[in-house]
Amino acid sequence: MDLNMNVLVVDDFATMRRIIKNVLKQIGFTKILEADDGTTALAVLKKNKVDLIISDWNMPKMTGLDLLKKVRGEESTKSIPFVMVTAEAQKDNVLQAVQAGVSNYVVKPFTADAIKEKLTRVFAK
Amino acid sequence: MDTKLINPFVDATVNVLETMAFTKAQAGKPYLKKDEVALGDVSGILGLTGEANCTISVSFDRQSILSIVSNMFGEKMEEMNDEIRDAVGEITNMISGQARQKLDELGRSLQAAIPIVIMGENHTITHVSRHAVTAIPFSTESGDFTVEVCFED
Repeated sequence: MDLNMNVLVVDDFATMRRIIKNVLKQIGFTKILEADDGTTALAVLKKNKVDLIISDWNMPKMTGLDLLKKVRGEESTKSIPFVMVTAEAQKDNVLQAVQAGVSNYVVKPFTADAIKEKLTRVFAK
Repeated sequence: MDTKLINPFVDATVNVLETMAFTKAQAGKPYLKKDEVALGDVSGILGLTGEANCTISVSFDRQSILSIVSNMFGEKMEEMNDEIRDAVGEITNMISGQARQKLDELGRSLQAAIPIVIMGENHTITHVSRHAVTAIPFSTESGDFTVEVCFED
């Protein structure tokens, strides 16, 4: 896993963006961008090279699932690994995300080790 | 209210705080709440819809939420500010998510709205309907909080 990659963290709660950023920094990532919903995330993706997206599901304006579908639908972003970190834990949610092309799925609440493990699995593929 | 519907919220609360805030929360005896005045200084409220309508609220006293958020961030929080407000919203969101996963397994599939947060002494919490509100008191080393659940059953 290349720790120099640009990571985009998308969550409407600043608390969660802060916690995820802290975990990413613990792992060794230094280039972390943020967005507070899917629409803002798309704007960030247009202006920046992003190598990994970590996104919540339930957000205003555009959900994480809709963001995932848009990311997978664009030639320039379709291959970016996309990890959903969300409180939406019902089987139907996971299935929808898998069908839309999610790279991995972390259910809140999570430990730092859970995030590390899921990211390691994504980049081991 | 059926304890089968309450237990997922109790378990979710304990698990969320232990996992994200390294805080042990002890649930007390649930009771029927007769008024709308919040028991804490800051409350997260969230509506659930689907196979039933429900509202859940989590109301923290100042000491408990400052300690919880301090643990979540790894730094001491001393003021009731926007960061605390935001954290309460996220905690409510996570409790709802975990509880809904369990309720789904019990055959009650629910979707959640985005939580709102109210801060201030003696604020009120208005639930989804006039149905009974079950309050579950919790205690932590640093203070207390209360989870309220109202199911339109």
